[in-house]
Amino acid sequence: MRRPRLVPDNTKIPFFRYRWIAFGWSLFVLVGTIILVATIGLNLGIDFKGGVLLEVRTPGPADLATMRSVLNDLDLGEISLQTAGSDEQVMIRAKAPEGDEQAQRHAVELIKSALEQKFGSGLVWQRAEFVGPRVSEELLMNSVWAVLISLLGVLFYLWFRFEWQYGVGAIASLIHDVSASIGIYALSGIEFNLTSVAALLTIVGYSLNDTVVIYDRVRENLRRYKAMPLEQLLDRSINETLARTLMTSLTTLLALVALFFFGGEVIRGFTIIMIWGVVIGTYSTIYIATPVLYYLNLRSTAERPQPAAAPRQPAG
Amino acid sequence: MRRPLSWRPLAILAVCLIGFLSIVPNMVSRATLDALPSWLPKNQIVLGLDLQGGSYLLLEVDLEPVYKERLETMVGDIRGALRTARINYRGLGVQGDTVALNLNDPAQLDQALAEIERLNPYSLGTSGRVRDFDVSSDPSGRIVLHLTEAKRTQLAQSAVSQSLEVVRRRIDELGTREASIQRQGADRILVQVPGERNPENIKRLLGRTARLTFHMVDLGASVQEALQGRIPPGDMLVESADKDRGGPSHYVVKRQVDVSGENLIDAQPTFHDGQPVVSFRFDNAGARKFARITQENVGKPFAIVLDDKVISAPRINEPILGGSGIISGSFTVESANELAVLLRAGALPAPLKVVEERSVGAELGADSIRDGTIACIVAAALVITLMLIYYGIFGFIADVALVLNVVLILGIMTLMGATLTLPGIAGIVLTIGQAVDSNVLIYERIREEMKGGRTPLAAINAGFGEAMRTIVDANLTALIAALALFQFGSGPVKGFAVTLGLGVITNMFTAVYFSRFLVGIWYDRARPAALPL
Repeated sequence: MRRPRLVPDNTKIPFFRYRWIAFGWSLFVLVGTIILVATIGLNLGIDFKGGVLLEVRTPGPADLATMRSVLNDLDLGEISLQTAGSDEQVMIRAKAPEGDEQAQRHAVELIKSALEQKFGSGLVWQRAEFVGPRVSEELLMNSVWAVLISLLGVLFYLWFRFEWQYGVGAIASLIHDVSASIGIYALSGIEFNLTSVAALLTIVGYSLNDTVVIYDRVRENLRRYKAMPLEQLLDRSINETLARTLMTSLTTLLALVALFFFGGEVIRGFTIIMIWGVVIGTYSTIYIATPVLYYLNLRSTAERPQPAAAPRQPAG
Repeated sequence: MRRPLSWRPLAILAVCLIGFLSIVPNMVSRATLDALPSWLPKNQIVLGLDLQGGSYLLLEVDLEPVYKERLETMVGDIRGALRTARINYRGLGVQGDTVALNLNDPAQLDQALAEIERLNPYSLGTSGRVRDFDVSSDPSGRIVLHLTEAKRTQLAQSAVSQSLEVVRRRIDELGTREASIQRQGADRILVQVPGERNPENIKRLLGRTARLTFHMVDLGASVQEALQGRIPPGDMLVESADKDRGGPSHYVVKRQVDVSGENLIDAQPTFHDGQPVVSFRFDNAGARKFARITQENVGKPFAIVLDDKVISAPRINEPILGGSGIISGSFTVESANELAVLLRAGALPAPLKVVEERSVGAELGADSIRDGTIACIVAAALVITLMLIYYGIFGFIADVALVLNVVLILGIMTLMGATLTLPGIAGIVLTIGQAVDSNVLIYERIREEMKGGRTPLAAINAGFGEAMRTIVDANLTALIAALALFQFGSGPVKGFAVTLGLGVITNMFTAVYFSRFLVGIWYDRARPAALPL
């Protein structure tokens, strides 16, 4: 009995030969992200921008125009209304002018009472959030730290368990993944909030998992095939792990697709970014993490006698 | 195949059993659990506010008034001490965060400093001996007192812990059970109230300092002149709470606090002449003071000041000796009730500001639970089917390990009392997708070893052995990301880090030990000549 194969046995795809195309693409992604963030900018949610977010369900289809005029009379500064999911579901975002902390703090109550006065008590408040300016600043800083610390942690772990080149390669690919994801946030206008940071760090974790698997194979092959040219050896390592790479991407994508269709409105943005992250995480492992090893002269250090990492006997 | 040690299957089965048992309490209702004997495990997973609905309020203790008050007390103390010592000065007052004064006669500098020194003793702080003020002076007779950093810290700490206590009492008074009140950082208090649909009640209750003081009204002073800035020494100008309802706009009252809310032992809403009022009772010390003041001042009005506003200024008709009285004002039934609650719970040492607020309706939470559960089931079904088709009997083993993995995540969360949030559910769904990765690694390795011409047994052993190292490296790096997320994330995101991190750890157990155990059982029975992989 023979099970189906996702990838034919013994593939010999010359990944390494196409590295220039990939480098071009990666550069494009990086520069593109910087330009997008600088021009369009990120659609920062109230977690990072401060302000008020309310979600309300109306008895019938929402009358956005009337709601807008009621709320504009409150003089709370910039107010945006949109339906979410269905016609009865309205998201209200407001941001009082900087410094007017008092007005911001009471904005939730003001908005609620103004709408209730106009539309009666049929409104069901599903969500009310207020984030003050100082808290949002702290949340932003904490998020930046979370991403930086996780990258540093990974760098040191790989340095310790492998060689420094692996750490650098992994970080290069993670920077690519994070910026490509931020680029998507800028391009799509999906709100960037605390959940987005969770998504970024999950992408970091996923991409890393993928990278480590191939690195592990590279390390093994370096010991097994001492005379093989490095580019050939890297190609071989990618090909040998290709079946696993695709299978794992597939199962993760299946789970994410389930989350996308059934997980509800609240985490849909998160899921979209994760799906994108799985794709680019896989790509960056092959085309950034691995080629970097080549350019950092991996073999010269790997062949130094190392008591801690004695060559392993082929398993048997 | 290498025979597993005999304790190993037992240990593996024990872990599975504990995992399953620990999630059982989640499947029965709280009432059923309470009826069970006490030795049975009763922990249930804590649902985050985003799933069960509720309010999350982050409050900040506004410390400036606390520092300011310390400075002002010092001004009062210095005024008294220098007057007694017959030292003349000018310009005594609070300037920014210092107290400053100028002596008329610089020759009295040493004497004045000695007087001030007596008001500025050392006290025992957390970091050794602490004094309240750093005193600096120059020969021209100018003296400046700075509040020391250590004292500021001390004041802040005690203000925050007192506030925490008062917040707890106020919320208890409201009858809201299961509220969680925690200190966060140096000057913040986190209040989480499950199920509360309308956090406005709580916000209103916590938004007031509720500092109640009784002062004599200074009948000799004119409000008109005071409004123009000519306030007699020892007096203060206080706004009236019912100026909108035709009352006087301000009162001039003595600074001296005759009795304060600290001496209250009870306060209740009640009716007096058909009007809602709040009745109160003083403790012994308060009752004695109140009796003395009312005896000495029959016929004069005294002001009841709440949070810097005079709520009423009744005339003392007769001495009040029993230590109880009523506060009348323009109350409604609700506001009288609220004031009674506030007075019973005590005054906050400093105002609280809401700096972050998140509330979710119970309905939205229930929707999220339903959506999350469906997503979990669909994701699991898809992954399980794919693994079955792709790896056959080995896929089945991976599937069993996957189910165990989810059970263990939930089991550990139940035992730890960790909170499950909506992002946490997303973390579980993602773990379902990624958990089979370890099995995929192992199986692909076995396939490779088979291609290399090994016997089934050798291929299985090599597959598990070689893949182990990769799995550990890959999972540990993922754990680093989860830890960073846990450390720096807040609220729901932390819940995501918890399930993701736990998923990584339980995965190492289920994929490596548990599936190897199952593969071993299968191999012993089937003894295949070639692996169906």
